[in-house]
Amino acid sequence: MSIGAGALSSGPRSHEIGEVSLVGGRTLGHVTVAYETFGALSEQSDNAVLICHALSGDAHVAAGVDDYGTPRPGWWDALVGPGKAIDTEKYFVICTNVLGGCSGTTGPESLDPGTGRPFGLGFPLVTIEDMVDVQALLIDALGIDRLRAVVGGSMGGMQALVWALRYPDRVAGVVPIATTWRLGAQAIAFNEVGRTAILGDSAFNNGDYYGGGQPHHGLGIARMVGHITYLSDESMRAKFGRRLRARDDHAFEFVTEFEVESYLAHQGQKFVERFDANTYLYMTKAMDYFDLCAGFSDLAEVFRGSPVRYLLVSFSSDWLFPSYQVREIVDALQCVGADVTFAEIESPYGHDAFLLEPEAQGDLITPFLGSLIERSGGRQ
Amino acid sequence: MTTTELLRGDLRLIAALVPEGSRVLDLGCGDGSLLGYLRDVRGCSVRGIELSRDGVVACVRAGIPCVQSDLDQGLASLADGAFDIVILSQTLQVVRYPDRVLREMLRVGERGIVSFPNFAHWRVRSYLAVRGQMPVSKAIPYSWYDTPNIHHTTIKDFRDLCDAAGARVLQEIPLVTSTKADPKRITAFPNLRADTAVAVVGSL
Repeated sequence: MSIGAGALSSGPRSHEIGEVSLVGGRTLGHVTVAYETFGALSEQSDNAVLICHALSGDAHVAAGVDDYGTPRPGWWDALVGPGKAIDTEKYFVICTNVLGGCSGTTGPESLDPGTGRPFGLGFPLVTIEDMVDVQALLIDALGIDRLRAVVGGSMGGMQALVWALRYPDRVAGVVPIATTWRLGAQAIAFNEVGRTAILGDSAFNNGDYYGGGQPHHGLGIARMVGHITYLSDESMRAKFGRRLRARDDHAFEFVTEFEVESYLAHQGQKFVERFDANTYLYMTKAMDYFDLCAGFSDLAEVFRGSPVRYLLVSFSSDWLFPSYQVREIVDALQCVGADVTFAEIESPYGHDAFLLEPEAQGDLITPFLGSLIERSGGRQ
Repeated sequence: MTTTELLRGDLRLIAALVPEGSRVLDLGCGDGSLLGYLRDVRGCSVRGIELSRDGVVACVRAGIPCVQSDLDQGLASLADGAFDIVILSQTLQVVRYPDRVLREMLRVGERGIVSFPNFAHWRVRSYLAVRGQMPVSKAIPYSWYDTPNIHHTTIKDFRDLCDAAGARVLQEIPLVTSTKADPKRITAFPNLRADTAVAVVGSL
């Protein structure tokens, strides 16, 4: 990590945006949003790019320092940074932790001002739309009228789509990657397995576990299941095969033997140390409820008249949010004559490809962001 | 304008057939050079469809909206009459269902402009007649076993295709493109003398 990268980052910040009216009808007071910025806002405030994180992400999208000044890698370092595909020397990159999250933004582990105790399951169910509304309020506070682009993979891609539809005059282009316009039964099913593991953990205590310890076992299982859906048959075969870990023969006991078992156990363990089980419940529910077409006769009608420019990207081996679901969005956009570009990237990495294929994505994202600048520059 | 100079001969000719300010869809748009020209020089609103990701990447660089898609999967997502002009340049011979593609072109567009290599060109004919082998020429530069061209056609056969697909040939422009200069339009014995043809088609 270069020192320059650290110097460009704002470090962790937070902003209290106050009361937020939720799509579900409830209001949430004293909402605080955690965010980080990278690079510098131009004088015309026209180079801001918002990046939205996926289920388990946070505001730390690119390399920078933590609260104590210690350098820490970002979750999308491969694409975001000085001279990278999303170049922080050109763009003012903003990333927020989503509403309901557990990395600084108000969520179920935050204190309920009414009781002085963590919300737990008393936290209202939040939607992708609510997450986006909170981001828009932060963008207001940063003095930015219009974003150059909103970019995100997976659940972040859902937010990018919602930005285009909810705030069409506040964003020039959106880049939804490896995402969907609504989850299919298969994706909801995997989320439900994760939730069932958490809810059935004896430590869960109806979500009120903050005094003791969180439901490690359940959250770990949820993460293991999640990780399986992020990989692919091909990538698992290449990464693990049937290799055994630290032994030559089968143990004929119920112990961790295969490489893949040890990988999943490790991922589950790591996750439990940094992520809140309640947030996992809320995030997966928000994704399950997400349906761009709700209230419309068909998906094309959702996009009719959209002035936003779209770049959609899918990955050939993604079976969690398969390419055909991204194509359905593209079809709808084409049907109404929207400005849409789409490419499917051949990749063996499954859903995780959006984190692991920086070059192929950069080939598309970098010129797309550039063309947004030229276009609006011409208009002004 | 350099864009003009860089444009391939037959593309220049196609561009001249597109009225200013048209809504244009290019099927198999490649790197988007024709669409870029039509947008910049003729003020058209442009969209591309392209099979290769490299082509899509080139289009994004040129700021042209382009969707990676296989024409043989159809254009079902596009609305009837969404475009004034739909272009199919040097692509008719590579699709699996040329008749379906032609019908779809005229469903989503008012007019179609199709360009294709003419397999009845005298050089092609004599290559086969004299050598007894599948012709390889400047317009058809592939070996038979490794070619994207799965549906070779001739100017006469294209007319038949239009009949079968309920299309009308509004204009037929037989060309000799093998010279370095601009493609030369010919009139006498087009099916024998033209190596390439451009046709403007409409619905019956």
